[in-house]
Parts: sequence; structure tokens; C-alpha cells
Amino acid sequence: MTPRFLPYALLLPATLFLLVFFLYPFVQIAVLAFSGPEGFTLQHVQTMTSHWKFGTALTNTIVLAAIVVPIQLVMALSMASIVTKLKTGRSAILYIFTIPLGLSDLAAGIIWLAIFEQSGFLNSVLYGLGIIEQPILFLGYQNIWVIFLAVILAEVWRATAIVMVILVSGMGLIPREYYEAAEVFGASPWKRFVKITLPMLRPSLQSALILRTLAAFEVFAVVVALGGTTLPVLMGETFQWQFALQDRNVASAYALVILAISIASTLFFLRVLRVPKEARI
Amino acid sequence: MTDAVITDVPRSVSDARAAGRFLLIASTVLLCVWVLVPIYLLIVNTLSSPAEVTGFPKTGIPSFDFGSVQFFLSFAGVARALWNSVLVAVLTMVLSIGLGAPAGYALSRFDFPGKEAFRLLVVMTRAFPLPLLALPLAVMFIRVGLDDTALGLAIVHTVLAIPFAVLITFSLFSGIPIELEEAAWTLGCNRWQAFRKVVLPLVLPGIAASAVFAFTISWNEVFAAAVMTIENRTLTAFLIQSLNVSPLHLKFAGGAALVIPALIFIFAVRKYLFAMWGIANR
Repeated sequence: MTPRFLPYALLLPATLFLLVFFLYPFVQIAVLAFSGPEGFTLQHVQTMTSHWKFGTALTNTIVLAAIVVPIQLVMALSMASIVTKLKTGRSAILYIFTIPLGLSDLAAGIIWLAIFEQSGFLNSVLYGLGIIEQPILFLGYQNIWVIFLAVILAEVWRATAIVMVILVSGMGLIPREYYEAAEVFGASPWKRFVKITLPMLRPSLQSALILRTLAAFEVFAVVVALGGTTLPVLMGETFQWQFALQDRNVASAYALVILAISIASTLFFLRVLRVPKEARI
Repeated sequence: MTDAVITDVPRSVSDARAAGRFLLIASTVLLCVWVLVPIYLLIVNTLSSPAEVTGFPKTGIPSFDFGSVQFFLSFAGVARALWNSVLVAVLTMVLSIGLGAPAGYALSRFDFPGKEAFRLLVVMTRAFPLPLLALPLAVMFIRVGLDDTALGLAIVHTVLAIPFAVLITFSLFSGIPIELEEAAWTLGCNRWQAFRKVVLPLVLPGIAASAVFAFTISWNEVFAAAVMTIENRTLTAFLIQSLNVSPLHLKFAGGAALVIPALIFIFAVRKYLFAMWGIANR
């Protein structure tokens, strides 16, 4: 084979695979969501929006993301700064910090269930301290806000690691000279962080935020493990319509909503954290 | 006077240093506790008898009773689910490396028209909620007879894993100087021989790491697995579908069965983790 065609031959399998199993199916989602027995229809979208759970699921998903992602960003920035300052035991600490990265969201939900369930560890601790007389049912429909809190904790616990890893590798790219120069001019550590680290970290912040916000919109297994269907979220409803109610058209309409807010947030972060070409390292 | 100043300043600086040092260590310990304690509590529940798991109050110390683990392993469908999970993950691993590595090599070694378009296609996958692919693909697979099969699910998981496989292998191949290959060519190797004898041995550990990474992605995936499998459920699909009917000790033992292999995998590839996400950045 001539070298001119070699790269195309090497790329062909992956390209075909992505076209058939990635681009085409996403077109199919829209087709499923808008097609009925007589061609184009808004019937499925109407079924979705008129269902009482739709509004709640949409708000819950967005509010969850709006709380979880900023917390993760702050935590990941602190963790990354700590890791870069450590002299001894750096790799061990890094490994511990990154453990949750490899865990399934379902596993994370089950882990926090062990803490929050009625005979769980939180109740045991409260009981042991004499704060409560008998275990409280935390994850019932009476206390939806506790389920909400548990989901936030589980999500922060599980997925902060990924943000941290992206930020740590981003921090590694910032030239040391910048910090040395700032130190010579007497900039305090905080000032160095705000004036050097944050602006230089922009590309990493951007990809971390896009990645995390999208994943936050896809929250599913954690919610199911901790609250069953008590706390509706978009992905959970998609699953309900597809699996329990066997209506893949409405499920696809839900999928389109998730897709829409994902694209909107991606565009938002691309715009807000835009990195001019000449400012890239 | 000058003496006092000289001895004074370093002391306050060193005090601040010490305080900063203490703060650093304290927050490091606190964060490690935050990460490790929840996992420890899951392991405690797994290594307790079913009666202890539902009992109250809990001590937080495992009794090393394997009742829960035995119950989980002998529960109808668990062994099959474990097997399916492994099967799907292995298929995902093979598919994503088999398709992704040649692409990574092409991207690192050649300049050609259309390169940017391909990169865009790979990067685009990250702006889409990929588990949703399960919905249209389920329809598509019924038509071609791939529904409820390990291969069908592995295809969805490969879409999740392939961008990583491409980017990781791209950076691995880029790390190997082309001069090494050119030297092999001048010594009479053809392109394939040079690749197999010179490049491949050097990148093999990295490729193994990205294969483990693909395995973990598939092993952990919940939504697509739950939507696409009915008879041949994976462990995650099995657990999520039986969550509201299964007893607590089954859930915790199942959770541990998900967590422990993942812990080993992450430990195995820890060296490559940052390289992977570092390039996933671009």
C-alpha cells in the first residue's frame, strides 16, 4: 500500500464505527422523538411535558448540577493545589484522591446508601452520640431534601477526582518561571493562585467544567440507589419510559431534552472560558 | 536593633511556614478520610452477616462473617451477571483498542487532509450524553439481531471508550521518535516489521493501560447496560433493576463486587492516569 493511503486505511475502521454507532444514532433519537404512525408528530413531546414528573425532573437535574459542579470545582482546585505542594508521599496521596474516579456511579450510590439508610452508619453515629433516640428514616418521601443532600454528597464524593486529575495535569503545564517571577515581586501565595494559576488553567478548567456538567446532567444510578423514583431526574425518567413503560418515543423525547441542555452548557463554557489562540501554552 | 530585625523576620516567616505546613497536612489527611471512609463502610457491611447489616446500631467494625457474600454469590442470576459483565468489558477492550490504536498511530505519524475532521469527530463524542445512544441502538440492534447480546452492549461501550483509546494511543506513539522507525527501515525492515519489532514493544505497557481503562469504563457503565440487556444482564444492570426488591445485604455485597475490581484496575494504571486525562484535555 502506498504511504498516501495508509493513514486513511488506518483511520477507516474507527471513522466508520463512529459514523454508524455515534452520529447516525443521534439522528435516530430525533427521528424517534418526532415520528408517529403518520409521519411527523409532536405527540410524544406533549406526552412528556404534560406528565407531572417532567417539570420536577428537569428542575431537579439542573439544580443538582448547579450545586454539585461548583462544589467540585472548588474542592478539585484545593486538592490539586495540595497535591502540587506536597513533597513526600505525593504519589500515594494522588492515588487515594483518584480512587473514586474508577468507581461506578451505582457503586457510589450504594456506598452512600450504607451511610444514609435507616439502620445505616449516620443513624448509628447520631444514636451513639445520644442525639437521637431511634433511627430516622432519612431516605423516605417525607424528606426529599435529605435524598437531595445524599445525592449531592455521593456525586461530590465520586466525581471530584476527575476534575482534580484534569486540573493537576493542567497545572503541570504552567511554566515555573511565572511563579518565580511573581515571588521575586513579592506576590503572596493567594495572589499567585489568582493571578497566575487560575488564568493559565483556563483550558483545563474549560474541559473539566464541560465534562463534569454533562455528566451531572446524566445523573442516574446514584439517584436510583439512594431514592428510587422518589426524586425524579431526567435520566431516571428516560429509563422509566424506556424500560418500565416501554415507550421509546417518549424516552427519546427525554433524551433530546438532556441533549439540548448538554449542548447549551457546552456552548456556554466554550464562550465564557474562551482561550484566545495566541494565549495558549 | 538591626540584630533584632534580622532574627525577627525569619522567625515570623518560619512560623507562617509551619502554620501553612500544618494546614496542608491537616487538609490532606481530612481529604483522604473523606475519600476512604465511605469505601471502608461498604466493606464493613459486606463482611458482616445479613443480620448485622440490617441490625442497629452498627459498630463500624467488620465481623468477617461471609454470610452476605455467600448469599450474594449464590443468588439467582448473580454468577451469570458477573460473567456477562466480564464478557462485555473484554469485548469493549478489544474493540476500542483494535479500532482506536490504528487511528492513534495515523494521527501521530502522518499529516494528511481530513486529519482535523477526524479529530473533531472524536472530540465531538465528548459533548454528547453518550449513554443515550442506547435508545436508538436498541431499535437498530433488534433489526440486525444484536439485541440483548454481549456484543451489542459492547458496541455501545466502545463508543464511550474509543475517544480515550484514540487520544491515549496518539500520545503514546507521539512519544516514540520517528527516527527509531526510520533507522529500522534503513536496516531493511519494511513498515510493518519496523512497527512490530521497534515501536510495539515500547508502547505495549501504555496500550495495556488504556485497555484496562476501557475495561473499567464498560465494567462501571449502568444506563446503557440496563436499557440494552434483559436476559443477558451485566452486574450493574442486574443491581439497578433489582434495587427496590433486593435486601440490603445483597445491595452492599453487589456494590463491593463492583468496587473491588475497579480499585485494582485503577491501581494498575495509576501511572498512566494523568497522561490519559492530561491529553483528554486538548
